[in-house]
Amino acid sequence: MASATFSIWRGTAEQGKFFNYTTEISEGMVVLDAVHKIQAEQANDLAVRWNCKAGKCGSCSAEINGMPRLMCMTRLNQLPLERPVTIEPMKSFPLIKDLVTDVSWNFRVKKQIKQFKPRPPDVPDGSWRMQQEDVDRVQEFRKCIECFLCQDVCHVLREHHKHEEFIGPRFFVYVAALEMHPLDMENRVEELAKAKGIGYCNITKCCTKVCPESITITDNAIIPLKERVVDEFYDPIKRLFRRLRR
Amino acid sequence: MPEYQKFEHDVLVIGAGGAGLRAAIEASAAGVTVGLVCKSLLGKAHTVMAEGGIAAALGTVNSADNWKVHFADTMRGGQYLNVWRMAEIHAKEAPTCVRELEAWGAVFDRTPEGDILQRNFGGHRYPRLAHVGDRTGLEMIRTLQDHGVHQGIDVHMECTILSLLKDADRVVGAFGYDRQRGRFLLFHARAVVLATGGVGRAYKITSNSWEYTGDGHALAYNAGADLMDMEFVQFHPTGMIWPPSVAGILVTEGVRGEGGVLRNSKGRRFMFDDIPEAYRHQTADNEEEGWKYCQGDKQARRPPELLTRDHVARCIVREIKEGRGGPHGGVFLDISWIKEKIPNAPDHIKKKLPSMYHQFKQLADVDITTTPMEVGPTMHYIMGGIRVHPETQMSTVPGLFAAGECGCGLHGANRLGGNSLSDLLVFGKRAGKFAAAFAKEHPAGSINTDQVDSIARRALEPFERGTRSTDTQGPYQIQHELQAKMQELVGIVRTEPEMLMALEEIGKFQKRAREVAVHGNREYNSGWHTALDLPNLLTVSEAITRSARERRESRGGHFREDYPNKDKAFGEFNVIVRRGPAAEMKVVRENIPPLPAELKQIIEEQQK
Repeated sequence: MASATFSIWRGTAEQGKFFNYTTEISEGMVVLDAVHKIQAEQANDLAVRWNCKAGKCGSCSAEINGMPRLMCMTRLNQLPLERPVTIEPMKSFPLIKDLVTDVSWNFRVKKQIKQFKPRPPDVPDGSWRMQQEDVDRVQEFRKCIECFLCQDVCHVLREHHKHEEFIGPRFFVYVAALEMHPLDMENRVEELAKAKGIGYCNITKCCTKVCPESITITDNAIIPLKERVVDEFYDPIKRLFRRLRR
Repeated sequence: MPEYQKFEHDVLVIGAGGAGLRAAIEASAAGVTVGLVCKSLLGKAHTVMAEGGIAAALGTVNSADNWKVHFADTMRGGQYLNVWRMAEIHAKEAPTCVRELEAWGAVFDRTPEGDILQRNFGGHRYPRLAHVGDRTGLEMIRTLQDHGVHQGIDVHMECTILSLLKDADRVVGAFGYDRQRGRFLLFHARAVVLATGGVGRAYKITSNSWEYTGDGHALAYNAGADLMDMEFVQFHPTGMIWPPSVAGILVTEGVRGEGGVLRNSKGRRFMFDDIPEAYRHQTADNEEEGWKYCQGDKQARRPPELLTRDHVARCIVREIKEGRGGPHGGVFLDISWIKEKIPNAPDHIKKKLPSMYHQFKQLADVDITTTPMEVGPTMHYIMGGIRVHPETQMSTVPGLFAAGECGCGLHGANRLGGNSLSDLLVFGKRAGKFAAAFAKEHPAGSINTDQVDSIARRALEPFERGTRSTDTQGPYQIQHELQAKMQELVGIVRTEPEMLMALEEIGKFQKRAREVAVHGNREYNSGWHTALDLPNLLTVSEAITRSARERRESRGGHFREDYPNKDKAFGEFNVIVRRGPAAEMKVVRENIPPLPAELKQIIEEQQK
């Protein structure tokens, strides 16, 4: 049976380094399988977060040969195995141990976004009517599995650590799903411009590239939101009206 | 002893999948304080993997559907071992629960009229599954999560509960640890809801994630609660079988609902060869009729691929055993053939089954729009669980409630696809409501600190053994061996001698688990976590095996080669396991109360 070597980052926020593990591999294996095999046979206390192993829960995010990816959806036959495969934790979040990071910031950010507020029901039985074509774009955003790979790759968070001023691609997609929901009546445009820092995004599309659900984050979510912000706050005519009203 | 982090909640919900979240939302809406414990991160629970849809008689696609038909379908699917009152409540309340999700922001696929679209599924007479492509579970958990976080629920992520705490007969809290730092946590609560899901990790080939180690089942059992129907384990007929590393991953029944057909290596649609008598009049007798059904023709009868899961799984096993399987030991599930019937079939398939398309493309290099999938049965669900009161979801232990897969009663001997998501909503909501009511009516109990200290000590013992010696039992090895034995000896087809062997093996594993050793420290130590999950897996494995021995017949998800037929006498009772005075597992039979006349009449009418 063939074998391959994996260079896995081990340690805590204070200290750590890469350790090499060589293990047997078989046809169809994904990176997470190799990590599990190493964990079961060579490093019982190796910390790795995972759940479904089918690309549906978004738990096993890591950087494989430098690329933010889901370990469960990265097949070994897509990687060059003549040299060690590096596996390291995401960089935008504080490290807990080995491959596991503290992603709790994301949960706090989401809580601060105004929740869904539907219009009154369309039908006396309390239900609504929406056409499929009107929900298609929202359904694209709702495919998000919250793996936070887009947050990991985004330079505003990764390099500039603007976590207090910028909510990141994941939550622009979340806001877009709410703002474009046919039933929603809330307005989140002002907070997008002010507290959520959408202006920091300079549409490099890195987030779109790493999205395992192939959500067109930049084109379909962020740019339309930026346009709404511009319409509302930077439209010269509206600006004039606002000034006159004051 | 070390200090514990202490938390006080009126209601503590253990488990944050569909049922746990729904219970937490309801309890919190009733005005009590709620703590929600998740074993993983919020929103990652196994519900996220549900694909097909939520069964509810909304009647948006076929107005002939109503709660009575749904009730009768559920009872027939469960081979009449269901707690009929739960089946009745479920059928009546599911539509409201689905509408509620929409009010909280869920975006279901739509009918041409703009209402919630419903799809066909096995065992359901009419199109009944509200869905979002094949990612309905994600939509459901995200909707509940996003709604729940604004309700003031205290969420404890990545925590595992080791034991429930009792004051005399009543449950008054729980004790566990946080997985990230390994610190012990003490929860004081007036009522506890278990919503921990299933037991899939007791088997080798399973669609379930690592979290499914039967925690709730074992916590309740150890606290003195009854478990019921544990012999009924559902093997989903279609799991991936190749490549080996993805074996077990689910292939949604939605594939068959959209017109996918099962063929053996000879190309034969073998499901036409064996249609059970009870379903014959509702099942198509030719391929054309089956296709028309999938296209929404209300006059057509359903194709045999949409018979109940237990039956389809056994037919697949038969084909494989008799040498008509594919190159990797499965049968073929083909959706690509619909290109003969509709234009733009590849786009249609990608739109209707996007996750399946990606799953096969990415993990198996198979394009399902052109090539059949090779599939085989995978352990998917346990019908059995904590015995609860049908109205309130309270277990046989006061103050302890259960909902979702770890509960029991709705599904009887076999669950219909789609009925689990609606189960989570209907009974999660009820568990939350009645747990809140219980919390309001009862003062806080007192916690026995000696008991807590001894649980903490036991939990740390594997480390002590790890430092004493390097040549000790590792947790993963025991878990893998147990999974292999359960698969082999208490799987789809069971016999008395094999189950006796299984009990002997489980006894040996229990002994080894008491000697398990781990290394490293308490911070995010997966080896330690696995060691602490082991006793739960062993408890549920024993419960499954003992219950399966007791039922000397074949029914629903329980098939015995030595008793291959259904036996009327065994249809009169449910099998219960409970902890005896000497900590031994006792198996008892409990008679099923007679069906009220009006429900009996509904079942008879629907059989026509």
